[in-house]
Amino acid sequence: MAEAHAKQHDYHLVDPSPWPLIGSISAVVMAIGLIMTMKGLPIAGLKAGPYILGAGLIGILYVMAAWWTDVVKEANQGDHTRVVQLHHRYGMIMFIASEVMFFVAWFWAYFDVSLYPGDAINFARQQATGGVWPPKGVETFDPWHLPLLNTLILLTSGTTVTWAHHAILHDDREGVKQALWLTVGLGVLFTICQVYEYTHAQFGFSENIYGATFFMATGFHGFHVVIGTIFLAVCLYRVYLGHFTPKQHLGFEFAAWYWHFVDVVWLFLFAAIYVWGAGPVAAH
Amino acid sequence: MASSAHAAHADHAHDHPTGWRRWLLSTNHKDIGTLYLLFALTAGLVGGALSIGMRLELQEPGMQIFSNPQTYNVWVTGHGLIMVFFMVMPALIGGFGNWFVPLMIGAPDMAFPRMNNISFWLTVAAFVMLVLSLFMEGAPGSYGFGGGWTVYPPLATQGHPGPALDFGILSLHLAGAASILGAINFITTILNMRAPGMTLHKMPLFAWAVLVTAFLLLLALPVLAGAITMLLTDRNFGTKFFDPSGGGDPILYQHLFWFFGHPEVYIMILPAFGIVSHIVSTFSRKPVFGYLGMAYAMVAIGVVGFIVWAHHMYTVGMSLRVQAYFVFATMVIAVPTGVKIFSWIATMWGGSLRFTAPMIWAIGFIFLFTVGGVTGVVLANAGVDRAMHDTYYVVAHFHYVLSLGAVFALFAGWYYWFPKMFGYVIPDWIGKLHFWVAFIGSNLLFFPMHFSGLAGMPRRYADYPDAYAGWNLVSSIGSYIFAFGLVIFFYGVIVALVRKEQAADNPWGEGATTLEWTLSSPPPFHQYETLPRISGGDH
Repeated sequence: MAEAHAKQHDYHLVDPSPWPLIGSISAVVMAIGLIMTMKGLPIAGLKAGPYILGAGLIGILYVMAAWWTDVVKEANQGDHTRVVQLHHRYGMIMFIASEVMFFVAWFWAYFDVSLYPGDAINFARQQATGGVWPPKGVETFDPWHLPLLNTLILLTSGTTVTWAHHAILHDDREGVKQALWLTVGLGVLFTICQVYEYTHAQFGFSENIYGATFFMATGFHGFHVVIGTIFLAVCLYRVYLGHFTPKQHLGFEFAAWYWHFVDVVWLFLFAAIYVWGAGPVAAH
Repeated sequence: MASSAHAAHADHAHDHPTGWRRWLLSTNHKDIGTLYLLFALTAGLVGGALSIGMRLELQEPGMQIFSNPQTYNVWVTGHGLIMVFFMVMPALIGGFGNWFVPLMIGAPDMAFPRMNNISFWLTVAAFVMLVLSLFMEGAPGSYGFGGGWTVYPPLATQGHPGPALDFGILSLHLAGAASILGAINFITTILNMRAPGMTLHKMPLFAWAVLVTAFLLLLALPVLAGAITMLLTDRNFGTKFFDPSGGGDPILYQHLFWFFGHPEVYIMILPAFGIVSHIVSTFSRKPVFGYLGMAYAMVAIGVVGFIVWAHHMYTVGMSLRVQAYFVFATMVIAVPTGVKIFSWIATMWGGSLRFTAPMIWAIGFIFLFTVGGVTGVVLANAGVDRAMHDTYYVVAHFHYVLSLGAVFALFAGWYYWFPKMFGYVIPDWIGKLHFWVAFIGSNLLFFPMHFSGLAGMPRRYADYPDAYAGWNLVSSIGSYIFAFGLVIFFYGVIVALVRKEQAADNPWGEGATTLEWTLSSPPPFHQYETLPRISGGDH
């Protein structure tokens, strides 16, 4: 039977897998847990929201780890022929494209108010912002202090990740390790700086539109930095396992693409929110 | 590649899983397509039941079956969200797209078979969340979210403090994630897995339709995800995105929503265009007239569809210049749409027509979609829309393009491809009877809504003045007739499954030229073990 049906093409027909189903169940559990946490809903008298949320999250993380372990295993089995690798490249590019559109929403919200803080038709908004951007009474960050440092950190990490790529291409394992350690370190440093900045903000998350747009746009970026750092750290771990050849290292390439995407989003945030939207503090 | 370990593995991949593993853990595009169709059918029955409830309520002035008018609005909202996200999209894209894109382009499966499955199960997960939302407190003292499928603030922020809408929002997040993954899968499959020799300019129009649809999904849905995330934080964490008291703006939500929402309406209709093209060609026994024009008309509709969104918002106080732009841009879409309508007619012109069940459903689609299209041109005028906005005229318009457009194409595709998918024949007379009952029922249901709307009857109210009673009674009777059509639909399925009359590989004759008709009915578990080769020049 198997002989009669031997496939004559290079595509990868994947075996049945439990992860999509388990992942989807975990997603529902997490979503319900999130709502119960946000609303403080009890179940059988117990405020179990955070536990349900945590259980769902663990389920999703487990599925991600198991699923991608399967992918690595299939790659090592030789299932990832040239055309299958091409599929993966297309897939990753489009995933990043969808992420770009996600950030479009946050930039849209930001420019909606920062370009038009006081249209006559928008009377209540004009009252709240004073018709200026940044809104009256909001003390913004000086873009040329910590935000500039963060810009340099991310740009530097962009160069170290390129170093790592070249080291892989030249099969220089030690170089890969050094470069990736540096990249991951810079990513962690960026996150630390961002947390430090958040704790020193002179404006709140929930009191006005400035805080909403600032924290959600930079916050989602920060979340993506964390994901990208984990992605790179997984690659580093895989380097120690002896993965990646000069010919085939898609996992690393995708981490690098993702990292550059995160970098570019930051440049737009830096230019639009920190520099252009800084207001009077920029004069210091 | 040639290692023995790999060879053994390749054989393993060709195992035919059975029982629960086959259906719950599937990585097979045809099985997943069948699951999507069954799911869409189930969700469609729920969404349809909600609409019957609405028509029972509106049958006469005064309150009929709802004690609380808010509950009526919850049903309106549930009907809209279910029909859009859990019936039309899963059926057209998840069901027929999964089944026939790989078959038509000569591919053994989708590019990412395992990701294909999570697209399906996340859709189910999203549906579970939405159904749960119906039973949660929304507005104080009542269940469910009643603010319509567009979920506008402030009704969606201050108006419904209970958890119902949080369930709705996270449902849309899950459905959106599922669709984005599906879109990535379809684009990759179509761009990378066409059979040797099948250039883009030789690719069947249904694959073109799904390609354009997938790009719309990929680029539009993340913006919706952002918008509803803002709703979520406004509701739960006190942000002021849509609250003017903190400098926010509820109109911002409408912009973000319709930047997604307008491409969404093309997401629902483009696959229908693809299906109708094949059916008209098959039963005219002619190639589609103006193939390239048909393909690029869909591309044009997709591109222009991204820059017309504010025609849903003429009454929010935009400047006249902005309104003038959106009027113009919206009317531009009538051009590629007209190209499609005329090309279908030109395909039939001089053809040797056979009025089988799928063909009359497709012709019904062309006629009724055109009615919805021209009322769309009416509504595209900002000045006219000022009077029509939020009246039943709008309801009539979008049901003509969706309920009588997308859904008619869905049934056309069902009768066209059922023998291919399941290997059994539905007697043609059943499909035809279903068509005539549905045609009469749906026109009786929706055509009078033009009159009610022109007379000023507003949408989304459980009650109305006596003056609107007559046409509302007609509409309600129409909806019961349409529902009876579904009984005939299921009768057809049962007859096919009980009689087990084996379908031929190609039951439709020489007009059916796409690759799926070269396979057995139903096709083997893994088709194209040796890839088909396509010869001949481009169109």
